[in-house]
Amino acid sequence: MPRPGFVLDVDRSTPPMLFWHGEKFSLERLPSDRSRVIYPAEPFPGISDVGGAIRHALDNPIDMEPLRALLVPNMKLTICFDDASLSLPKMRRPDSRQRVIEAVLNLAAEAGVDDVHIIAALGLHRRMHEYELRHVLGSRIYDAFAPAGTLYQHDAEDPENLTVLGTTDHGEVLEINRRVAESDLVVYANVNQVAMDGGWKSLVTGVASYRCLSHHHNPESLRNTRSLMDRHHSALHHSIWRLGKVLRDHGPKIFQIETTINTDAFPSPFDFLSKREWEWTARDRATFLATSKTLNRLPRRAARKIFHGIEAPYAMTGIHAGFTESVHERTLDDVYRQHLVEVEGQTDILTLGVPFISPYNPESIMNPILVMCMGLGYMFNMYRNKPLVREGGVVIMTHPTYRDFHPVHHPSYIDFFDEVLADTTDPVVMSEKWEKRYAEDEWYRHLYRTGNAYHGVHPFYAWYWGAHGQQWAGRVIIVGGDPVAVRRMGFTPASTLDDAFELASDVVGRSPTITHLHVPSVLVADVK
Amino acid sequence: MKALQVHHSVRRFGMARLLSVTSPSTSVRVAPVEYRSIDDPPRPSGEGWNKVTTRMCGICGSDLALIDGHASTYFEDFVSFPFVPGHEIVGETDSGRRVVIEPVLGHAARGAKPPWEGAAPADGDDYAHLATGPLEPGIQTGFCCSTGGGWAPWFWAHESQLHDVPADMSDETALLIEPLAGSVHAALIANHHENRHLGDTESPIFVVLGAGTMGLGAIAALRAAVPNARIVSSARYPQQMRLARGFGADVLASGDELPRAVRRLSGSHRIGSHLSSGSHATIDAIGDASSVRQAIEVTRPRGAVVLLGLPGDVRLDLTGLWHREIALLGSYTYGTEHVDGKDVRTFDLAMQLARHIGAERLVSATYPLEDHVQALAHAASAGRRGAIKIAFDMRGTH
Repeated sequence: MPRPGFVLDVDRSTPPMLFWHGEKFSLERLPSDRSRVIYPAEPFPGISDVGGAIRHALDNPIDMEPLRALLVPNMKLTICFDDASLSLPKMRRPDSRQRVIEAVLNLAAEAGVDDVHIIAALGLHRRMHEYELRHVLGSRIYDAFAPAGTLYQHDAEDPENLTVLGTTDHGEVLEINRRVAESDLVVYANVNQVAMDGGWKSLVTGVASYRCLSHHHNPESLRNTRSLMDRHHSALHHSIWRLGKVLRDHGPKIFQIETTINTDAFPSPFDFLSKREWEWTARDRATFLATSKTLNRLPRRAARKIFHGIEAPYAMTGIHAGFTESVHERTLDDVYRQHLVEVEGQTDILTLGVPFISPYNPESIMNPILVMCMGLGYMFNMYRNKPLVREGGVVIMTHPTYRDFHPVHHPSYIDFFDEVLADTTDPVVMSEKWEKRYAEDEWYRHLYRTGNAYHGVHPFYAWYWGAHGQQWAGRVIIVGGDPVAVRRMGFTPASTLDDAFELASDVVGRSPTITHLHVPSVLVADVK
Repeated sequence: MKALQVHHSVRRFGMARLLSVTSPSTSVRVAPVEYRSIDDPPRPSGEGWNKVTTRMCGICGSDLALIDGHASTYFEDFVSFPFVPGHEIVGETDSGRRVVIEPVLGHAARGAKPPWEGAAPADGDDYAHLATGPLEPGIQTGFCCSTGGGWAPWFWAHESQLHDVPADMSDETALLIEPLAGSVHAALIANHHENRHLGDTESPIFVVLGAGTMGLGAIAALRAAVPNARIVSSARYPQQMRLARGFGADVLASGDELPRAVRRLSGSHRIGSHLSSGSHATIDAIGDASSVRQAIEVTRPRGAVVLLGLPGDVRLDLTGLWHREIALLGSYTYGTEHVDGKDVRTFDLAMQLARHIGAERLVSATYPLEDHVQALAHAASAGRRGAIKIAFDMRGTH
């Protein structure tokens, strides 16, 4: 059995802790007697017979008939799948989506279904490159469907191919992909890496329009999302579930397939990253030193290429299929079983080593806005009940926060940084003053629809993602970041972790409690 | 009298040009400009000449270009050495009138027939008078050995060049009237072009490159002439940014940010590294190869680029200009403008503008003539050193 996650109280014998710093990492010593480190559980073992588990799930779905019973000749079948934002890092081939979709296609073929479309449910994310589609789906599916035009990517800006299915009792309009809406059966192939994902969110965000997404991707919802990893206390998820009800009542039949993966994110030689520092072997220490020194010397671009080239040896730990809500509850059980770590009480200072990747920069650059999104959005939200840091406490992140942007993937992010953040860092103000202009910019729209760019509004959403953390924290300090970029975002730059603690003392006093969230590996702190 | 005088020395111009990149003060020291005793210039022949005592005189970019050897050889036939520079002048005539000088030595000053009755010195379509007549060649006061210039205790000015300074206007404000007149002229050229081709545009986009005196003046002049304009300024330094905002710039963006800002405002696409559209008109108040190149890049097809800064010898790929059918327009000094159906002198508009914007705040530092090395070095690096206008102050030295 894997060892569960736990909280380590730091004392004088505790070795320095690993901190991510973008494409680098460092070892930092935390003050003894008032610091603690939250470690995730060790990776759960994967399912030994994945093919068998998939077949079992499709034949024994929850609260629905078996998939083969739903498949009939001449039907319109649409298969949607999570895009390249999952998993992080990308999983070693074959991706679980490929295995699931191949199994679905086999059943469809047996049933004589030949009107099959496969749609990447990317919402307002960038279109996937061909090599990414091949990685996720496998070349067999890609070559069979892409040339015929039946494998394609959702376009949230194609008015001809969007349709309104209804409105919630809160006035939220469900506008989704027309092919999905008009299908006889929609199968969704999901990868659930964190509790935020899956459920109605898969379709209600993945194949929706900007108009539809704006009902919940906004500052008000995100500020009232406590947390992103706890859908029952998340205004974002409440809105999505309301829209999900409209989809269920007025939309096509949906067969949801959710898979969970374990936390085995880094293969050798990076496997030391997932280990507990005091258990590092001499070989681990040597690897750390060699890797650190090499990364310090490498140009950023080369280091980035190394990290984005990593293929995680994730193993599938669970698969459930059937009615969306029932499936998702089982999935959440599986996810929480792997991720939850019980933590007693909040802390004055939360330290976060921000890695090279977030859901919005696969194969790309972690620009300053994504650093904010990853730190205050995702990592801050890795809690249930209450945030790890007390209200008015300090969040310290370590990341170089360079002013680099990927011009193809993130064109509107560049303008957002130059123009919007120069004007305001307040999510409410920017949503009122700037969002519409970016959302409707023809050039961004063109790049989103025809290139590989995130939608023009996406940097706003990335910023809103951190709105709760931004509002909660009394100060946010970034260690080792470009001072201009850090200040532009309304944060405080510090050169070292000790400097950051010194700066934090203005807010939390001279002897604050410190909690370090140990990443990599995903955990959700269940704060009592 | 003791004055700053420029004489013709190709070798020293060349050395100054080389050194100007690394050390403005050393460049000034080797440049062929000297503070020395010179013979008083004789009164020019003809009627209407006044001896004007200099109160204050500014240092202009064109003065600096001349001193550090960046000026084009084009001017060799339009100036006469040795001459006393200085054309941004507030002075006082022997009769006690406090005046600013419209420095162009026009038809009246040279005894030539004006192009029309009441024409300003710079008006007309024939520059023959600039190099002929009773005066030695010289496009304006400060480049002509017959009249002298403002970097001296006194000089000769023709009645046609004099504009009375209102009693309630400070010397510092009046000092800025001449450069502001150049800015007003450029702004009106840009606006007229925009009106001619895109008259139905509700809020045209103007880009102003450079945020020294001329660039800031162009922003203020555009804001006054086209209240609903959207103005983008390339101001880089904090004091430039503050003034640009104050004078009416809507967006500040320099370097690589500028094309992105213009794209956003104009709703353009990008085709490769080029904007599909852009500003209606761009005023280049810098005048080097990179600024002209950028001006063409950010201007929309069939828009206009107005060269306000003295461009000199620049090397450019003009394919974009050709393909986008951009009008490249020069903007030299001032004259008679046609505004709201009436003819009005640019200087009169500039005088109003100087008062309206509180132009005296552009005067950052003044020096006595004998400290000319420090003054010229300061002016050559004004932006970096947090300054806008550097001037010589000769009040109290007469």
